Amino acid sequence: MIVRIMGEGQWQLADSHLVELNTLDDELLAEMESGDEDGFHRTLGALLDAVRRLGDRLPDDALEPSELILPAPDASLDEVRQMLSDDGLIPG
Amino acid sequence: MSGVMKRMGMIFRAKANKALDRAEDPRETLDYSYQKQLELLQKVRRGVADVATSRKRLELQLNQLQSQSSKLEDQGRKALALGREDLAREALSRRAALQQQVTDLETQHSTLQGEEEKLTLAAQRLQAKVDAFRTKKETIKATYTAAQAQTRIGEAFSGISEEMGDVGLAIQRAEDKTAQLQARAGALDELMASGALDDPTGIAKDDLQAELDRLSGGTDVELELQRMKAELAGGTSQAIGSGGGSSAGQQAIEGGTSQSQSQQQPQDTPRFDKQ
Repeated sequence: MIVRIMGEGQWQLADSHLVELNTLDDELLAEMESGDEDGFHRTLGALLDAVRRLGDRLPDDALEPSELILPAPDASLDEVRQMLSDDGLIPG
Repeated sequence: MSGVMKRMGMIFRAKANKALDRAEDPRETLDYSYQKQLELLQKVRRGVADVATSRKRLELQLNQLQSQSSKLEDQGRKALALGREDLAREALSRRAALQQQVTDLETQHSTLQGEEEKLTLAAQRLQAKVDAFRTKKETIKATYTAAQAQTRIGEAFSGISEEMGDVGLAIQRAEDKTAQLQARAGALDELMASGALDDPTGIAKDDLQAELDRLSGGTDVELELQRMKAELAGGTSQAIGSGGGSSAGQQAIEGGTSQSQSQQQPQDTPRFDKQ
């Protein structure tokens, strides 16, 4: 599957890595919902590192739709909350 | 999966779907990435400006210290000229302390200058990267739009797009339904014609009844014709019998044959008709 890290690019990952990513992703969601900013940044960093480590980077000009999308490494908890609100990632 | 990754992906797809695309629209992603890069560049530039401000503040402090140092040197020289060696020593010792501060500040200044140069270089490199990304982004967007248009044209021509598929399916369904209705109507006609199904209107008749009706209708006509003929024939013989006395004697002489003659009367009707 193809995972995009916002502002960085796309990585191709084998489905077998999904379990590991899923655990971190669920943790991230829980931290986001509880408002744990420190935990959120720590888990987001770990999740992004896992994607970079386990996946193969796609060239920037590859036009592949991403199945999963992750926030940028420097995204704050509020920014991510905003992204997941009704307005979506891009306003308008 | 219901975490952040999936939800962001879903929102992205929903946005892209709104823009008549089935999947993530890379053009939006590219624009977003570019926006992020511009923000990063802005942060680096702000950093460069902060360092430059600190450097300038240090330079001002250095200038002040150096002017104080010069002043103390002048004061020491004047004190010595006036024979006040003690004052001259005091001035020179203060100047020495200032000189130490100046040296420290100069070290800090050169460090800041180095940082500033590095940051300026980084900002320039980042600027170049962002510019290159912008160019690339526009190229990719144009390529994507062209590819998308090409795909749509291809799909429209071959009729394999989802919309076309739906239309095709609707037509197929309508055709099937029409054929089904026609077949059902045909079957109903046949069933009613064969008498297996009663016609609630009572208009339609089965073949057998129709034939019976036709036959019985024909028989009635024949019977009616016979009856009328008999009536007519009966009327004529009565008129002849009561016609004159001479023929009554003839009937008595020929008595044995009179009955048979009266029975043959209807068959002689054509002869009577000729009179």
